Amino acid sequence: MEQYYAWFLLLAPLAATIAILLNLHRKPDYAIFASVGSASVCFLVALAVASGAIPEPKPFEWIAFPGWNVDIGMIFDPLAKGMLLIVTGVGLLIHIYSIGYMASDPSRGRFFGGLSIFMFSMTGIVVSDNLIMLFIFWEGVGFSSYLLIGFWYERESAALAANKAFVCNRLADFGFMIGILTLWLVMGTVSVRPEVVAEGYRSSSLPWVGSILTPGEVETNHLPSIPNLHGVVPASALILTIMVLGLFSGCVGKSAMFPLHVWLPDAMEGPTPVSALIHAATMVAAGVYMLCRVYPLLQLSATGMFVIAFIGCFTAIFAALIAVQQNDIKRILAYSTLSQLGYMVMAVGCGGPDAAMFHLCTHAFFKALLFLAAGSVIHALHDEQDIWKMGGLYNKIPLTFVTFAIGMLALSGVPPFAGFFSKDYLLSAAYARSPIFYWVGVITAFLTAFYMTRLVVVAFFGPPRTHAAEHPHESPKVMTIPLVLLAVLSTIGGFIGIQSFFHGWFLDVMHAMIPNGVIAPAAESGIFLEMIIPGALVLLGIGSAVYLYWGKATDPLDIEILANKFYFDEFYDRSFVGGQQRAARFLNWIDSWILDGLIIRGSAYVTFGVGEILRLFQTGSLQGYAFLFSLGGILLIYFTLFAH
Amino acid sequence: MSPLLALLLFPLAAILAIIIGRFPARPTAGVAAGINLVISLGLIWNYPAAQGGYAYVMDYPWVAIQGLPSIRFHLGADGISLPLIFLTGIVTLAAIAISPANIRRSSEYYCYLLLMSLGAMGAFTSLDLFFFFIFHDFALIATFLLIGIWGSQNRQYASFQVTIYLMTGSLVLLTGFVALVMALPPAERTFDIVALQNYITGHPLSGSTQDIIFLFMLIGFGILVGLFPFHSWAPPGYASAPPAAAMLHAGILKKFAIYGMIRIAIPMLHDGFNTCLPLILALLAGNFLYAGFVTIAQKELPTMIGFSSIMHMGYLFLGVACWNTIGVTGAVILMVGHGLSAALLFGLSGEITNRSGENRFIELGGLAKRAPVLAVLFSFASMASMGVPGLANFAGEIMVFFGSFSAVPTSSLVMLGIPGAFIFFGMIAIYGTVMTAIFQLRALKNVFYGPMPARYQPQTAELGAGGEATLPFPGMTDTSALVEHGPYVLLIFASLVIGFMPFLMIHLVEPSVTLLPFIKT
Repeated sequence: MEQYYAWFLLLAPLAATIAILLNLHRKPDYAIFASVGSASVCFLVALAVASGAIPEPKPFEWIAFPGWNVDIGMIFDPLAKGMLLIVTGVGLLIHIYSIGYMASDPSRGRFFGGLSIFMFSMTGIVVSDNLIMLFIFWEGVGFSSYLLIGFWYERESAALAANKAFVCNRLADFGFMIGILTLWLVMGTVSVRPEVVAEGYRSSSLPWVGSILTPGEVETNHLPSIPNLHGVVPASALILTIMVLGLFSGCVGKSAMFPLHVWLPDAMEGPTPVSALIHAATMVAAGVYMLCRVYPLLQLSATGMFVIAFIGCFTAIFAALIAVQQNDIKRILAYSTLSQLGYMVMAVGCGGPDAAMFHLCTHAFFKALLFLAAGSVIHALHDEQDIWKMGGLYNKIPLTFVTFAIGMLALSGVPPFAGFFSKDYLLSAAYARSPIFYWVGVITAFLTAFYMTRLVVVAFFGPPRTHAAEHPHESPKVMTIPLVLLAVLSTIGGFIGIQSFFHGWFLDVMHAMIPNGVIAPAAESGIFLEMIIPGALVLLGIGSAVYLYWGKATDPLDIEILANKFYFDEFYDRSFVGGQQRAARFLNWIDSWILDGLIIRGSAYVTFGVGEILRLFQTGSLQGYAFLFSLGGILLIYFTLFAH
Repeated sequence: MSPLLALLLFPLAAILAIIIGRFPARPTAGVAAGINLVISLGLIWNYPAAQGGYAYVMDYPWVAIQGLPSIRFHLGADGISLPLIFLTGIVTLAAIAISPANIRRSSEYYCYLLLMSLGAMGAFTSLDLFFFFIFHDFALIATFLLIGIWGSQNRQYASFQVTIYLMTGSLVLLTGFVALVMALPPAERTFDIVALQNYITGHPLSGSTQDIIFLFMLIGFGILVGLFPFHSWAPPGYASAPPAAAMLHAGILKKFAIYGMIRIAIPMLHDGFNTCLPLILALLAGNFLYAGFVTIAQKELPTMIGFSSIMHMGYLFLGVACWNTIGVTGAVILMVGHGLSAALLFGLSGEITNRSGENRFIELGGLAKRAPVLAVLFSFASMASMGVPGLANFAGEIMVFFGSFSAVPTSSLVMLGIPGAFIFFGMIAIYGTVMTAIFQLRALKNVFYGPMPARYQPQTAELGAGGEATLPFPGMTDTSALVEHGPYVLLIFASLVIGFMPFLMIHLVEPSVTLLPFIKT
């Protein structure tokens, strides 16, 4: 019997979604009960899965062809177990928080329906044992994210942001699908189970590209043909690179890496719990999780690994720079999320997937905390999001302030909070790949400390700058208790052995799958590089932000290019969106004037002329059709009789 | 006697009952369609899916004149046609159910709808070229009349254009059919599809004959299905057709052409197919890229949906062009998926246009507030069309993608130096999902989300709560009556079942696909 229990991970939220869709959206209290109840079931099952009490269920065939089958099956390895606990645990806390946050919204039934379908899709991604199943749920989280970003659909901005998020993700999934298909061509399987991939790898007789630490391309002429391509297209380093970059493309969309980062800040149009759950803690981390899932395959291409590390590194510092000059509390956190995701992706590219997963976990704690606390601030100030309209909040909403401050310290990497350990571990992995990545990472850490301190100083200290900021009210317990729990996790997250948990497992998988794959060695860079330099820069960041912003009512820095996010939205609007519109209008013009107009209508008028003559003999249209129809019959008979 | 005959007799009986017996048109038509749907499900249930091949066969000599190829009333269904028979059943029921009861000349209207359904059923069950063709033509005539009499806007022009266009297509197709039969030695000439296939398998036609005949069929079928560049009849035609007619034509009748490619053109003229493959691939890329961009530029909801349904024919052609088990099975499943989603989109777009009195995006917006159920239904339809997993289109599309990536390049492609063509066009098809998301989401947003159009704002603000009567789009309210939304729910439900459990369809379709001549695994 217990082999069926695991399905409750998917069935409970799915049932809640269906119930809310069909009926309960009209009865918010029941909807909340169904949604929060299903999230609790998920969390309990996840606990049981993590403890080993519930085994993997028997997979069932979803699509089966010779040479290609897709199972719906679950994989419960340490990677999945760890991620499952994060997703369901943080998810449950945010569900509970939402009860308070959304209490006055008449459509909250619909909101909880959206949360449930998100939980369904997200747990699906985590437990997927093959890439097609993963892709299915991957699209599912994209869809639920679309629903929740556009939750307040009457707002033009929310509706547009929802569309933007979906289209950006679709664009990335275009590459992801190509990556999956290429992987299938090369390996003959879409499974991510180490034993199956290892088998596919052996039978594909691909030579190993080698260590990422000594990049070397494969000599093409030694490569065998890809069996699935019937000997037509030889396997080459190029194809492997396409495969890796394709898989990475999925991550670029979901984790909002540069150049598709533009959707994530706009996604803040959704309610704050959504930003916390989907656009900070879980869904955007799914890209990193997916990269870790296929990590051994990524190593098939040294070029691919470099691109991953480079894009991650670039996104980290790029987003951190933008965050320095944002004024909307949620947007600052959104750019901070981008920057931290960049860190994780960089770690994967540098050969440290365990560091990436470690940071993913701690980031889930403290970023969910920061968003929820920000939500509590926004709630307290009646939907004010501009930090310059806050001020002096620290003693009026003390619990929110303390938890926010813990989140800020954890994010900045101040010991002994969780972020300190994961960030340092991650930086040492980067150092093992190249000092340049390390130094960019360290500068990003400085910027992170700077903009987070700026946020706290401006929003919580100084005199209240608006009327709303003078009389805030602390949030109800249903909102503050999740804050406290997340604050505890953000504090102790570095000590509970997450890092060694993942490190050991990645080593095992690597050895099981591909004998000479590489995991960056743990902590080799030495205490100086790993702790002293980042620590000093973090303190410098905090100090300089306090110095610059303490007691200020306007921003002493005024860097237009950062405030305008390097003008990427404008650039995309002009070039891609505008270009596509022009192409579309041009082709439409061709269609209606040249193709349909000149050619078709031209010939139609000729026919019409003939029809006019025929009209002398026929009256009404029915006969006309009958005529054409019988013309067919006549032709038939003509051919039959005379065409010998 | 075959149970397939019942599929034809029930609509026929209903037509006669309406015309002669003066039965009330809508209920009679609805009952006949409902019975057909139940029968089609029963046929699928009873079909020996694991072994494939034709079942429910009846073969009855119809015309046998000395010196002429015999024409037989030969019915049969296999795993390829049964899904289409089911599709016909369910879309017909939905189309009748969404039609207004008080439409003018209602008995005629419902008779033509039944005739379209009957024609489609006949074409999908016929195993004789003559009946295959004639049934489809019957359905086309009903389509023309439906557009011409009950259409909107410039219905005369649209009807005329569609008639000319599609009749040309079917004449080209007929020429191909006749040429195929005539190419055989006199003693072997027959219209019987099974007999033809059997003979041709043993005695293939010469290469150049195949090329020419295949080209005729490709153009004929291509016009009927809206293959680029023969598509320009469709958008205006669908835009002015009454929603039920658009549902039936775009949902079912158009699939006749893809079905004909699978059943007749490619198996019987395989060398011709190989020769023309580069052309097919180039044209279907036109469907994706050209029609895709043109769809993005549309400013009216019905025209946009018309173009999008043209664009999606690219997936079907690609799946068929792969001519391997995965691709063709995917194409068959996608035919059902697209049939359901196209029927949904055309039906709902008619609903929106009728209730709001508008079909231009710029004049619409924010309707979700007024008609939330309609918004949910339209969202489901859009997601289906965009290939979101969980709905039928995704299952079909992903099989087409995998089919194209594993397709063996034909000699014609190798000769042209493009052995990787299938992969390249597979990538274009995947890009199609991006374009679909762009225009479909924009339509969804422009109709249902965001604020209502600016010029309505002051009105609503001044009137406040009491001014219900002068709100914009007075007709745009939801009724919770199941009668009104039931048909759409039914179609969505079918799409969800296939989307969540595609293996049900694969078990039905795949064995019959593997029996197709020349098919590759």
